[in-house]
Amino acid sequence: MRVGVVTFPGSLDDADARQAVKLTGGEPVALWHASDSLQGVDAVILPGGFSYGDYLRCGAIARFSPVMAQVIKAAGEGLPVLGICNGFQVLCEARLLPGALIRNDRRTFYCQDQNLRVESSDTVWTNAFTAGDEINIVIKHGEGNYQADAETVRMLEAEHRVVFRYLGNPNGSVNDIAGITNERGNVVGLMPHPEHNIDPVTAPNQDGRPFFESLARFLMAKVGA
Amino acid sequence: MRDILAMGARPVASMDSLRFGRLDAPDTARVLPGIVAGVGGYGNCLGLPNIGGEVVFHDCYYGNPLVNALSVGVLRHEDLHLAFARGTGNKVILYGATTGGDGIGGASVLASETFDADGPAKRPSVQVGDPFMEKLLIECTLELFQAGIVNGIQDLGAAGISCATSELAASGDGGMHIDLDLVPLRDNTLTPEEILMSESQERMACVVEPENLGRFFEICAKWDVLATVIGEVTEGSHLVIDWHGETVVDVDPRTVAHEGPVYERPMERPAWLDALNADSSAKLPRPAGGAELEAQFRQVVTSPNQCDKSWVTDQYDRYVRGNTALAQPQDSGMLRVDEESGLGVALSTDANSRFTMLDPFVGAELSLAEAYRNVAATGAEPVAITDCLNFGSPEDPEVMWQFSQAVDGLIAGCQALGTPVTGGNVSFYNRTGDVNIMPTPLVGMLGVIDNVADRLKAGFAAAGDLVAVLGETKPDLDGSAWAEVVHGHLGGRPPQPDFPAEQALAQVLIRCAKDHLLSSAHDLSDGGLAVALAESAILGGLGVRVTLEGDDFTALFSETPARALVSLPAAKLGLLESLARAHGVPLAVIGKVSPDPEIAVGGQFSVGLAELEAQWRAVIPNAMGAEPQ
Repeated sequence: MRVGVVTFPGSLDDADARQAVKLTGGEPVALWHASDSLQGVDAVILPGGFSYGDYLRCGAIARFSPVMAQVIKAAGEGLPVLGICNGFQVLCEARLLPGALIRNDRRTFYCQDQNLRVESSDTVWTNAFTAGDEINIVIKHGEGNYQADAETVRMLEAEHRVVFRYLGNPNGSVNDIAGITNERGNVVGLMPHPEHNIDPVTAPNQDGRPFFESLARFLMAKVGA
Repeated sequence: MRDILAMGARPVASMDSLRFGRLDAPDTARVLPGIVAGVGGYGNCLGLPNIGGEVVFHDCYYGNPLVNALSVGVLRHEDLHLAFARGTGNKVILYGATTGGDGIGGASVLASETFDADGPAKRPSVQVGDPFMEKLLIECTLELFQAGIVNGIQDLGAAGISCATSELAASGDGGMHIDLDLVPLRDNTLTPEEILMSESQERMACVVEPENLGRFFEICAKWDVLATVIGEVTEGSHLVIDWHGETVVDVDPRTVAHEGPVYERPMERPAWLDALNADSSAKLPRPAGGAELEAQFRQVVTSPNQCDKSWVTDQYDRYVRGNTALAQPQDSGMLRVDEESGLGVALSTDANSRFTMLDPFVGAELSLAEAYRNVAATGAEPVAITDCLNFGSPEDPEVMWQFSQAVDGLIAGCQALGTPVTGGNVSFYNRTGDVNIMPTPLVGMLGVIDNVADRLKAGFAAAGDLVAVLGETKPDLDGSAWAEVVHGHLGGRPPQPDFPAEQALAQVLIRCAKDHLLSSAHDLSDGGLAVALAESAILGGLGVRVTLEGDDFTALFSETPARALVSLPAAKLGLLESLARAHGVPLAVIGKVSPDPEIAVGGQFSVGLAELEAQWRAVIPNAMGAEPQ
């Protein structure tokens, strides 16, 4: 299982995502924003951080980097892609996922161990969960307030594409949405940071592991088929 | 950050110690969120975990809040780089941000003038930061080191190019020639002295051999970092700086870098100190009966300086880089340095300005002792300190005396503990009008732990565990949180530091961590046992029942140093007892962790934990007008 982790200038949790891949039995592959090669990886993670400083809208510049052209193309062909925090913002800017992330309603950066409910196990990144599972994952962001027009929100709910919901909304997201997926279920974006919930010494819990187990199960099944 | 980078080390964590005016003062609700957003905005974007610090409120900081920051970096011994400018013909490169008009005279203005109400606006003297550029500068610089093409390096801090070039040249073996026309500017109307003195952030200077320039520029280009050759190392001994074909500086750099003026400031023990020392807390009324004791317990625990600081710390990323083993509100922040062995460092920053006001020598010693104890309470061996000495105007002989006494106190304490001082910082002129801040010598203590998995946490862990106090409790109430919170009183003599007792306590705690004897450990300091009991209970989500020996009031609120609150399984008590005896540390079992959600002090009172926690958590959010979390 070779999992690419993209480093944009200003990516911060790229090393954490690579470490999480390693600790869950995968092989992390560092991908550089200026390269247009995905190096044949089996999946891609867009990590957290402040790509290009995020002085413009979060993710607005990263979306145009050479590596993203390849990610967008491969995602359309079914490559598993996980966008965490800034990665979620980049996925929305790239229109791989609908909606946008705006300033938290509390108007400050906010870091805490956040309770979530898994709403869908029908994605590449959540099949090791059971819908309804309550988990606790680190959040840390200033612009995690998910918003979309009413029609899009209705569509996401109707198609069961809301993957995670906050229990106790920390940022004002519509319908408590913490993470969503595309129609095919191979692209998932979420504000919480599963890569921080892996290592028993540094993590409050290990609720992040099933994300990576889900990917492994999906890739195994694909090989099997 | 760049000081660490210039040694060849990767910055891995930061902490901040913040001091504000009273929490309920009108302007604090403006200043506090702004400063916290500033610290968080830079640190979060830079990708360094913020693992602790302090938030303290006192009137004396109202017009002059203090922001002290501490960063720690990691490198292998053999990778240590020093600032040298060697080898005639080697190029001097300025890289990072462009040079602008911000921060001109910043250090000299901020360090030498008072912010008077009707004084000139100081805004242009304050630099504008760009954390994104700093992040690129860190990654770029570490890659330059890795490529082995850095001969000498220096960060640009106070006094900008003038200071960086003279320091590089002074520590080298030749001279240096700089052409100021080559410096990339944000504003081309800057005069040569402004270019020399600009304190624009996110800049570094580097000395590189000519054959390595190609590789140097390649790495900078990879990180989109602007790099410009602005001069070279020359034969001879002078630093020569030209601008528009004219020599504007021609000096022996050693006279600039090493031979600064030495001030002999007059100092004088304040005349008011005797009266302050005579004004002991002994005359203050003590609580009469359990109900009053309970009220004062609640009052101290939920006071601004003892309450929950999550409103602040939740605005910082404590997780990034994946090595944070402990963060606020634990006694010290702890970071894993080596993922294979679990080797880690612990950090604590502490200052007690109330004690320092009463006796600057002893107060500084007590700040050192508290930082030392905080590190040991997490199971790490304290090994070195840095400090930030915040004082009023040194032109005031009384302030100069406080400063001199505090430095002497730190020296005495560090000698007693065998702790080196690896660096530090002095901040003078902290005053508003003619009112100086209370002397605030802040100590940052670094500890080392063999395996962060062995760390001790402050929260109770299991109902049924025994609760014990290590160390001797004396009637130390002068300068205490109790005197301040309940009576608004500051006077008398601070507790006497006892460094051998601190060392013995530390050895017990470190051994306990290694041998996994304890379920929790928490240092006793501000607010004494009262605050420690409340915090251990709240953080662990478990109640506690204690019966105190002697006078319950003194047991709860005394701030005698060299003490810790611990909990442990009953089966391990024998081991702890013999360990404590071997080190000569008094041990008193005072009660048990309880499944009942309350803090019960035998024969006096019991307080519901949920209610106390809610009050403890609501203090700062309420003052900031936000919903408590």
